[in-house]
Amino acid sequence: MHHSIEIESLTFSYPDGHEALNDVSLVIKPCEKVALVGPNGAGKSTLILHLNGILSGSGSVRVCGMKVGKETLGRVRAMVGLVFQSPDDQLFSPRVYDDVAYGPLYQGLPLQTVQERVEESLAAVAMSDYSQRISHHLSMGEKKRIAIATVLSMKPEVLVLDEPTAGLDPRARRSLINLLHELPLTMLVSTHDMPLVKDLFPRMVILDQGRVVADGQTSILMEDKELLDAHGLERPF
Amino acid sequence: MHIHFLDPYQRGHSPVHRTDARVKLVLSVAFILTTALIPIGVWPIYVLLFAMVISLVILSGLGVGFVFKRAALAFPFVLAALPLLFTTPGLQLFSLTLGTWEITMTLPGVERFFSIALKSWISVQAAILLTATTQFPDILTAMRAVRVPRLLVAIIGLMWRYLFVLADEALRLIRARSARSGEADVPGHRKGGRISWRAQTAGGMAGNLFIRSIERSERIYVAMLSRGYDGEVRTMPHPKLEVSNWIELIIGGGILILLLVLSLLIWE
Repeated sequence: MHHSIEIESLTFSYPDGHEALNDVSLVIKPCEKVALVGPNGAGKSTLILHLNGILSGSGSVRVCGMKVGKETLGRVRAMVGLVFQSPDDQLFSPRVYDDVAYGPLYQGLPLQTVQERVEESLAAVAMSDYSQRISHHLSMGEKKRIAIATVLSMKPEVLVLDEPTAGLDPRARRSLINLLHELPLTMLVSTHDMPLVKDLFPRMVILDQGRVVADGQTSILMEDKELLDAHGLERPF
Repeated sequence: MHIHFLDPYQRGHSPVHRTDARVKLVLSVAFILTTALIPIGVWPIYVLLFAMVISLVILSGLGVGFVFKRAALAFPFVLAALPLLFTTPGLQLFSLTLGTWEITMTLPGVERFFSIALKSWISVQAAILLTATTQFPDILTAMRAVRVPRLLVAIIGLMWRYLFVLADEALRLIRARSARSGEADVPGHRKGGRISWRAQTAGGMAGNLFIRSIERSERIYVAMLSRGYDGEVRTMPHPKLEVSNWIELIIGGGILILLLVLSLLIWE
């Protein structure tokens, strides 16, 4: 049995010399839901981009037992559904349908399968009526849901989300939380939304200045006011 | 996660870096103008111009290799001068027959072509020297100081500012696409899809970027209006040029005029 995500002493610097990740190690079990928190610029997004090989640093990253590297890139990208912070980046096709179909079409699946995948994914995010809508005209909450559907259509094993609740009104936020709660996938979510972490994630990892500074049960870490203060975080009510 | 390669400025503390941006801008433009005005085939003057720019490059500490690599940018433009090899009348070197076509390379053609190639290469080096040793905002201020129309300077400034934003946006779109470009778990499916479908996706992305740029420009304009923009760009007054700046300008300009006169004499 392999773990969903195994990261071992990952270090990464941007070309301008800024060190974004410093000796990061992290193991996530299948179907575990983990929150990744930390101040702006802590390296959360950089870490996420390593999970499907868009960035690659020194150290090793394994996803579903596969080492992320040039040869496995195609499989890894199908296994890891990465939902970017801005749905406008995620939705690059004119119509909702085209966007949800992009992943399966790229994989060369038969049209029948693509059709089924699109319908399933849109149904999973409760957006079945939207397939012919123009992505550009949707509300933020709708775009977020569609963005999640665009990766569900690849049938990933791991779902990685960057700031999923940013910019949502309370109702859209609540319905997104319910959706994430129901999805039976391994989940790594980078966020500043501490109430969301408390609600949804049994485990949390605190990242600051490119290092993992704490990794443990949310219920315990959330009580450690000093730790949260030291890394620019706030305890939810 | 930003695109860095667009910014040509290289940090440094050389005398070239420290020279007033107005002096550098005026002399660079004058240098390029002089290079353009020098007649065809006056090789000694080309060598002098090259020596002038290369000594400044060495003085600036940028490294000759760095400037040469960037100057390769001039080569695509040189291609435009390629027909001159065959269209200039004069002493024939050799002829090629292609079907019913006969093309002839002439000696004056070769001379003209290499002169233009060399001149554009030298000019590009001067431009690289300017942009690598002067921060862009300083170049903009210098443009205003030498009375380039304010609106034009404002447009160049906004373009520069948002080029990075746009490039970052394109980078994020491309990342989102590669994140979903995977392989099926059952072998036997050819990944990548049809070329036409891929072209369609790329077209969608370009359109997407275009719409977003327009929307962003609207938002920027509203933000400008809400801070009192009325179509007139106002700027801080420029400090007076010092005596040393005037000396630099006069020496630089003098050398260029001298080279121009010399080239006309040799050409005669």
